[in-house]
Amino acid sequence: MTNKENPNCANCPVHNTGNLKKLGINMDNFDFVVALAGNPNTGKSTVFNYLTGLRQHTGNWPGKTVTRAEGGFEYAGKKYKVVDLPGTYSLLSTSADEEVARDFILFGQPDVTVIIVDSTRLERNLNLVIQILEITDRALLCLNLIDEAKRNGIEINDRILSKQLGIPVIPTNARIGQGINELLKMISEIATGNYICKPFKMKSNSQELNKSIDEIVELLIEEFPNLPNKRWVALRLLEGDQSIINSIRSGELGNLNDFKISSYLPPDN
Amino acid sequence: MLDNYNREKIISTANKLRWEIGENLYDTLMESIYQNAKEIADKAVTYSDKKPPFSLDRTLDKVLTSKFSGLPIMLLMLAIVFWLTIVGSNYPSSLLAYILVDSLHPYLKELLTSLNFPMWLNGLLIDGAYLSTAWVVSVMLPPMAIFFPLFTLLEDFGYLPRVAFNMDALYRKAGAHGKQALTMAMGFGCNAAGVISTRIIDSPRERLIAIITNNFSLCNGRWPTQILIATIFIGGIAPAYLAGFLSAAAVIFIAVLGIFLSLLVSWFLTKTLLKGEISAFSLELPPYRPPRILQTLYTSLIDRTIFVLWRAIIFALPAGMIIWLVSNITVENISLANHFISAVNPIAFWFGLNGVIFLAYVIAIPANEIVIPTILMLTVSQLGLTEFGAGSGVLFELDSISDTAQILYSGGWTLLTGINLMLFSLLHNPCSTTIFTIYKETKSWKWTAVSTFLPIILGLTITFLTTQIYNLFN
Repeated sequence: MTNKENPNCANCPVHNTGNLKKLGINMDNFDFVVALAGNPNTGKSTVFNYLTGLRQHTGNWPGKTVTRAEGGFEYAGKKYKVVDLPGTYSLLSTSADEEVARDFILFGQPDVTVIIVDSTRLERNLNLVIQILEITDRALLCLNLIDEAKRNGIEINDRILSKQLGIPVIPTNARIGQGINELLKMISEIATGNYICKPFKMKSNSQELNKSIDEIVELLIEEFPNLPNKRWVALRLLEGDQSIINSIRSGELGNLNDFKISSYLPPDN
Repeated sequence: MLDNYNREKIISTANKLRWEIGENLYDTLMESIYQNAKEIADKAVTYSDKKPPFSLDRTLDKVLTSKFSGLPIMLLMLAIVFWLTIVGSNYPSSLLAYILVDSLHPYLKELLTSLNFPMWLNGLLIDGAYLSTAWVVSVMLPPMAIFFPLFTLLEDFGYLPRVAFNMDALYRKAGAHGKQALTMAMGFGCNAAGVISTRIIDSPRERLIAIITNNFSLCNGRWPTQILIATIFIGGIAPAYLAGFLSAAAVIFIAVLGIFLSLLVSWFLTKTLLKGEISAFSLELPPYRPPRILQTLYTSLIDRTIFVLWRAIIFALPAGMIIWLVSNITVENISLANHFISAVNPIAFWFGLNGVIFLAYVIAIPANEIVIPTILMLTVSQLGLTEFGAGSGVLFELDSISDTAQILYSGGWTLLTGINLMLFSLLHNPCSTTIFTIYKETKSWKWTAVSTFLPIILGLTITFLTTQIYNLFN
């Protein structure tokens, strides 16, 4: 875990963790919002605990976190608010816990979305990654449980993966804190705008679907030029999502940037 | 106006295109996503064939989730956990009681007397608030400090999803969602937490069933009651070398009865109030992971044990005062408590219980943990047993279980009372925190009322039946 190409001090791992100040539940005046998303039981809460110093209950079973948990940390002089989202397999269904995750990424507009995947089940986890990349441009992939993957003879080329997805990919073993330095560095790079992601956009074999999406996106550009995730909105419209239709009719969709995270989601424990 | 036109155009275009794509948009979409995921993964992942992945996990799963050995192993694990909790908490419990109750209580009482506190205030604070809190600490801390870490270790290891897997078939037969097995397991710790965890269930109908039946999971506030009563009344009639084993077996019987009833009630609800289709779901069995023992011990002690204990203390403080008050405020020379008890006694006997138990359950609505101390205190004040305790309205702990037994026997308790108290402890209204959580989750007074009163009706029915059967043989 050494940084060969970055000899200067600011990029040295020791310096990085030295810079990490766990703020617990103290989240006043934060500069950036970081969301932790991913499939159930991939270690989101473990990463959350590591970053914030909190002790959100972790357990080896899917569905452990059903509400949002929030905490804070300070890194390189900036304050971050971290939101631990419930694990989901997809953003297309309607259970209460999946809605929390989807609404937050869509409307809460986190500055960085850290997508945590189980390295031993990468292909299945990628289904969610692809959906999240449809919604947000500022994301990074955390290849968690990399040790288990190695033990099971699974080798993942993180550079190829990063190129494919168009976002940074960082292998971690959050249980023992391995890879957290690099993760922190990347979070701050994306948050401060030093690293621009070019996320993978889904390609469908159905020409009709692709054409329909393009057609609606064009209309959306005209009406809501600042809307950050037009392709996703187009998809939801094609599916007939009533809440999206309503927010278009009322024009609310255009004000998405004005949404306060706290006012959008119920303050839950 | 122009805005409106554009917006409506977006919507109408979408509506038009939806028809062109056809009905299987969702399938097309999912297919595309899977296809994309596969392409990316194929490029980035290589599998070495040095050993078949997850071989140990597969072997373990073959045993732990097998049709034949899955459920027996689950019961055996439960039995070991309870046995360790019952046997292990005996000594530390009496030590804590000796320090907090036997030694510190008289000292505090004298201290306040010497400071010229009025008698009533001294009684309210020390005999009411302090003593009930001390009792809760000494009786709850040791079992929780053993039970929670053991449970958390199993959880960390990855056993909980296997429990859900084993139970899934049963829940589906009952017409409920398989994930209900997971929320049930959470309920064994705390019903309020169990109710919140039902959010993992997609369908509102199945989620409601899971919420209503969560109370049938014995929560940690009720374990001490079960363990103590089983030790006195079940262990008491068994030969000494079998006492611990039989008491543990009785507690497991009640816990399993709870699981059985949650299945039965789920089945009943799906046939009556909550008819509907069973939705499919996938349950991921995560790999087994060696638990991080030290960290688990630390977090389960600090976060779970202390957290639950703190909650119990917060409720024990005011409840202790209320107990003291109803035992000491008299109308026509008889305390309020005794008025209630003698009024309810004739009805309670139908159910093999007594007025004291009913009053205790009214006072203990905020927290199940304080049921037993309330019962003991009320029994003493009602009998006027002066050699125990320190006067009316004083919660106390008795040095040994045999002292407790003696009080209960002189209060007219029999084996039947013991058995029925264990049953009623399983089947009565949820604590007020859980009731409030149910309301918050369902946003419906109707379903909150169903969840509250259904267990009471069941409890009264079952205790009535056991009483009639018991009386037939005696």
